[in-house]
Amino acid sequence: MSPLLQGVITIFVGVFGCVGYFYAANLVLDKVIFPPRGPHAGRNINRATAVRPWLFLFPAIFALSLYLVYPVIGSLWRSMHNRAGDEFIALDNYLFLFEDPEFLQALFNNALWALVVPAAATFLGLLVAQLTDRLSWGNIAKSLIFMPMAISFVGASLIWKFVYAGDPDIGIINALRDGIGLDPMDPVQVPFWNNFFLMAILVWIQTGFAMVILSAALRGIPEETVEAAIIDGANPFQLFFKIKVPQIMGTIVVVWTTITILVLKVFDIVYTMTGGNFGTQILPSYMMSFMFRDDGRATAVAVVIMIVVLPVMIWNIRQAQKEMR
Amino acid sequence: MDNIAGKSSGLKWAVNISVALLVIAWLIPTVGLFVSSFRDRDQITASGWWNAPFSVELTYRTRANDGEPVQEGDLWVVEGNIFATSEVSEAFASGEAAVTAFGVTGREPTAYPAGTEGETRDGGTLTVNADGSYRYTTAETPDDRGLRIYFGADTPPDFTMDNYLTILTAQTEEEREEAYAAGQTFWEILSDENGVFRNFINTFTVTIPSTVIPILIAAFAAYALAWMDFPGRGLLIAAIVGLLVVPLQLALVPLLNLHNQIGIGQSFVGIWLAHTGFGLPLAIYLLRNYMVGLPRDIIESAKVDGATDFQIFTKIILPLSFPALASFAIFQFLWTWNDLLVAKVFLPSDDASKVMTVRIADDLLGSRGGDWGILAAAAFVSIAVPVLVFFTMQRYLVRGLLAGSVK
Repeated sequence: MSPLLQGVITIFVGVFGCVGYFYAANLVLDKVIFPPRGPHAGRNINRATAVRPWLFLFPAIFALSLYLVYPVIGSLWRSMHNRAGDEFIALDNYLFLFEDPEFLQALFNNALWALVVPAAATFLGLLVAQLTDRLSWGNIAKSLIFMPMAISFVGASLIWKFVYAGDPDIGIINALRDGIGLDPMDPVQVPFWNNFFLMAILVWIQTGFAMVILSAALRGIPEETVEAAIIDGANPFQLFFKIKVPQIMGTIVVVWTTITILVLKVFDIVYTMTGGNFGTQILPSYMMSFMFRDDGRATAVAVVIMIVVLPVMIWNIRQAQKEMR
Repeated sequence: MDNIAGKSSGLKWAVNISVALLVIAWLIPTVGLFVSSFRDRDQITASGWWNAPFSVELTYRTRANDGEPVQEGDLWVVEGNIFATSEVSEAFASGEAAVTAFGVTGREPTAYPAGTEGETRDGGTLTVNADGSYRYTTAETPDDRGLRIYFGADTPPDFTMDNYLTILTAQTEEEREEAYAAGQTFWEILSDENGVFRNFINTFTVTIPSTVIPILIAAFAAYALAWMDFPGRGLLIAAIVGLLVVPLQLALVPLLNLHNQIGIGQSFVGIWLAHTGFGLPLAIYLLRNYMVGLPRDIIESAKVDGATDFQIFTKIILPLSFPALASFAIFQFLWTWNDLLVAKVFLPSDDASKVMTVRIADDLLGSRGGDWGILAAAAFVSIAVPVLVFFTMQRYLVRGLLAGSVK
């Protein structure tokens, strides 16, 4: 059977299965288990109301626990076993990691990514958002800067591989270097700085995201505060840094953390550009080097990534709870 | 507010110019690869894409075999036009090229400028003019194959869809022509197992169910979390916010093992389930946030009129939530279309089951590493769909981003 046909069937089965489940479960609940008639009509209605939320939630809770909660525990458990998975070795995998120079390199690079990319993307996004704010063609400019968001990390890597290509007749960077009389170089192989050339790709993608959110936040600033500042004689820079930025600080933090989480998970760029060579290894691509080879070590790396993300997660939950109150 | 004090016209100019520069900087990488995807392979290596509209000097080699040798006194003379010789006549069919230089050895293919006289290895002379006409004189009887001539010619820009056809069908131009000659239709050629078109279809196969199914599951759950009262609701919402940021990497090994145990293994079913699971937290979060904001009056009056929760959900909430459903659908579509990691782990690793991203990253970048025309075409086949979705549905995408900027 062709996968396409299989896909169409799956959509039908999935969609009708879901609708069917919700409809049938609801019907059974109302008509069969707790019918709203007879001697216990009132009690039955109350009971049906108490059960119904769980009926609606069941598929989601089931899928979430199987695909996200179970793996957290499963990975933790698996990471304490050896390669074959039949022997409990406690923390040996982790000890191995912390003695492996490549892991330490990946950890260091990851920290670098987590510092530089969110900062650069948020800063550039804020800059573009402010500059385009009152521009007649601002929306077109924003659309174009936002566009890389739609491009896959693999596609983006290919696009930038072309920019960085070593031949001055192909890569525009080396064409510029050639133009001012410098020798061609491969930016991806320059020790240490190549990390930043890879980060540029993610910044290129994420600036649009930061820009969209911050642009909306800038529009949400009450006009009165801006007008008052202008009447008091603030120049455009003071207006921006002392009046506008403090008012959207909350949004800036959200954008910053969102990009940080993304940075910690992205493996595609390093995988496509260098495969982790030339000192550009990061944790997610380091994990892929063990995937399908040594599940114990692969899961150990995954757990380390989880631990790194954990503070952001807790902070997110706190924020969400604050909003709900 | 444009004419406020302190905002001089000079500053306005500065703003316009800096935005223009930023936009150009943002576009250059994409434009470069896009232009290259339409260029002829030899032209890509000969000149940068920024020179694409101009002619390029390419080096060719051929044999002076289009004219009959004529004896003039002691010497043999061969005259003809280099563009008409059999080895290169196809490349110059349009007839706009000009010879810039020529030579007689492969080591120095452009030793003599056009119009001057060069010395051949057998002691004769060779003159090639800019218009391609040549004159070769030698004391010895020329052999039938003709004199080997190298020349550089300014070739007009050559834009072609050839790269796209080659990558989609995995067949070169000649192979495609042979297949046509053998009676195959375009569709049959396109369905070649090794072609990227197959991977393109696979990507749709992965993406569409992975987008549709989580929406349904999430919509019901979001309604329950937004409008139904039950103990533990706050806790569940907090859990979903927490799950939003669980790194995918954690899920790979345990789930693949699970899939293998229950017999799904690496398959499309497996990846649909995986994408559904991974997409749910964002779906529930986005939809719940939107549904909570719907006016309470409508829902309560429906309840007073005797509507059940199920009816309220399908008849009122679902139609009203369309913008949120659309924005999640776009997110999930872009995410699953662009995903590399999940597809690498949950799909079989043979070429016929790969999606576009995996095919490009694992296969083409290795085997076609330097062939930029091909790589660029492949990249744009994969980029075209999400960019199209992006530009047509941007409104919903932005709304979704603003509502749930957590993932």
